[in-house]
Amino acid sequence: MRHPVILLGPQRTPALDAVVHSMDLDGQIATITAGWQEREPDDEELDDQLDGRGVNLSLYERWLDVQERDQEFAAAERRLRALLDDVQQLYLLRLDHGLRAVYDVQQHGDPAPLHANAVTEAIEAVRVLDEQHLERISDVHNQFYQRWPPHERPVIAHHRAEVARLLEDTAALVITGGHVGVLVTTMHLFNVSAALDAPVIAWSAGAMALTDRIVLFHDRAVQGPGNPELYGRGLSLLRGVVPLPHASGRLLLEDGARMSVFARRFAPARCVLLEAGTRVDTDSEGSCPVGTRVLATDGRVSVLEAA
Amino acid sequence: MTTMTRPAARRKLAIDRFRERRSLDRAAVDRFLARHEVPVVEGSRCTFVHRGEAEQVQLIHRTVGLPEHLPLARISGTDLWYVVVELPEGSRFEYQLEVAIDGRRDRFNDPLNHRLAHSPMGSTSVCFARGYQIPEWTQPHPEARPGELLELMVPSRALRRDTQVSVYLPARFRRTARYPLLVVHDGEDFLNYASMRTVLDNLVHRLEVAEVIVAFINPGDRLVEYANSLAHARYLATELVPSLEADFPLLGNRAGRCLMGSSFGAVAALSAGYRYPQLCSSMILQSGSFVFTDIGNDHGGGPVFEPVVRFVNRYRAAPRKVADRIFSSCGVYEPLIIPNRSMVHTFETAGMSVRYVEARDGHSWENWRDRLQEGLSWIYPGPQKYFYE
Repeated sequence: MRHPVILLGPQRTPALDAVVHSMDLDGQIATITAGWQEREPDDEELDDQLDGRGVNLSLYERWLDVQERDQEFAAAERRLRALLDDVQQLYLLRLDHGLRAVYDVQQHGDPAPLHANAVTEAIEAVRVLDEQHLERISDVHNQFYQRWPPHERPVIAHHRAEVARLLEDTAALVITGGHVGVLVTTMHLFNVSAALDAPVIAWSAGAMALTDRIVLFHDRAVQGPGNPELYGRGLSLLRGVVPLPHASGRLLLEDGARMSVFARRFAPARCVLLEAGTRVDTDSEGSCPVGTRVLATDGRVSVLEAA
Repeated sequence: MTTMTRPAARRKLAIDRFRERRSLDRAAVDRFLARHEVPVVEGSRCTFVHRGEAEQVQLIHRTVGLPEHLPLARISGTDLWYVVVELPEGSRFEYQLEVAIDGRRDRFNDPLNHRLAHSPMGSTSVCFARGYQIPEWTQPHPEARPGELLELMVPSRALRRDTQVSVYLPARFRRTARYPLLVVHDGEDFLNYASMRTVLDNLVHRLEVAEVIVAFINPGDRLVEYANSLAHARYLATELVPSLEADFPLLGNRAGRCLMGSSFGAVAALSAGYRYPQLCSSMILQSGSFVFTDIGNDHGGGPVFEPVVRFVNRYRAAPRKVADRIFSSCGVYEPLIIPNRSMVHTFETAGMSVRYVEARDGHSWENWRDRLQEGLSWIYPGPQKYFYE
């Protein structure tokens, strides 16, 4: 079933209440604040925005419970994490060379047609690397879940059943920001997407976790601009969109050449800027309304117009 | 057509304007000192002043490139002495004053300057040149949750003594998680003089550094244990690290271990990695005392440097991979700048990835403190890239 997916900008100045009212939702609203980790229960303000109708799925608390009560699985999950870290490091090593090649060729200049082809080919090489990385990550996850089927672990099965029950009658699901990795891990582990049959409202890491490919980015880190990297697959409730929360704060938007590579690398997915005050009404196919601000393939921020 | 712009006229220094006054009485000096923060920083020119009767006043410092003793000139008709020193933007400059009265020479901190730098040797005055600011992440932050510091005693057969170790656990420490390990030489000094506990709390809070368990270790006889000592290396590799890995939820592999040290502590870290290449995958080496000779044996460091020079000479002759990644830093005003610059190439020759950083600073704890953000976030990057609030 095709449900609305509403992406919001960061909620430092909350606007969730207006969004919820505009959707005319009845009944309880499930919330996921697992990205806040140990601050997961500090959701009073969120609940106020939902007129007291929020029901926190407490995914992080459930994950901690699994760590305590199913130590065999927890140890296996730690080994998985270590393996994924290794896979990511190798990918980053190759990605660094790949993107450096793109930027070098980009700066090389004329002659124009030859140069443009070289840039395209260099970006294509990075796209191939990205795809290979996603496949590798999927393989690692699949092998893990075959070896350790979560539904056969009593503690996890118990939590999955509870989460499914809480989602059964929910009018909507709200997913906040925080640690995108923790969000994805906990939502996968407790099978949120399988139990969900309602509209979703999400922002920041929550928006990223909904997608079919999670792109991490931080151009203003202490060590200088990092290479945008694929982290893996999210819940795939939203396809063809790369959400860019805090885009102006985290990306060198003024560097058109760099932004052009970003947008072309992930095309045809739309790189959607989620700044404070943004609301993008979309759906699982990633259709974006007129007025959505996106990173265009020429590296500029543009606004979607009517077709 | 060439466009030329006239260079902006260099404004007269406050001290020069003062000297040009017709009446220079005691009250005028009082007013001058009341109006100006000392040292008076005007662009790249810093005026150091002293007030008092004396035969001679000198500014004493250890900044390489400047004469070690800079005489202050007395302003005629007053008891005010001054010297102007050019300090490039971003410099931190530690100094003391030496005053000669009646044939006696007294050395002390600048009584007109409230800024002090501290070290195990005592304190010195410090001048912040234009552009230098104490990094905010070195100061306590109300929202940064404090980590915990545990005191341990680890008996060592290698060192033939019990070693006192302070173990830092990050604020959200969980037994079920697994953490990387950082071993810090001269640990107590890093805690006391480089605000390392506050720095860790802040950088972890800011997500710039991974949650990490830090072992702050302390030497017995520092100039022996840290000067390429087999006993110290054995202590680290076969006693301390295994003991910590047994007691704390550490990653427990080479990739999850880093050795850190400054000055002789950097030699101790390098030496341990040299003897035990599987010990750690990364190092933070600050102002390493990597003194060496290319010919002869006149290294200028005195007898305590003999074992260091032998080790560094041997290492430079046949560089060996002691880790995968080395963060190295040094102050450009310290005598060790040349050895540290030289070692970058040596480390890279051995196949290690090196991040080398220089600062306009000296051989000081605050220099080492100010480089912690770059070093720690490179060695153990925090989860910042995963957080989107």
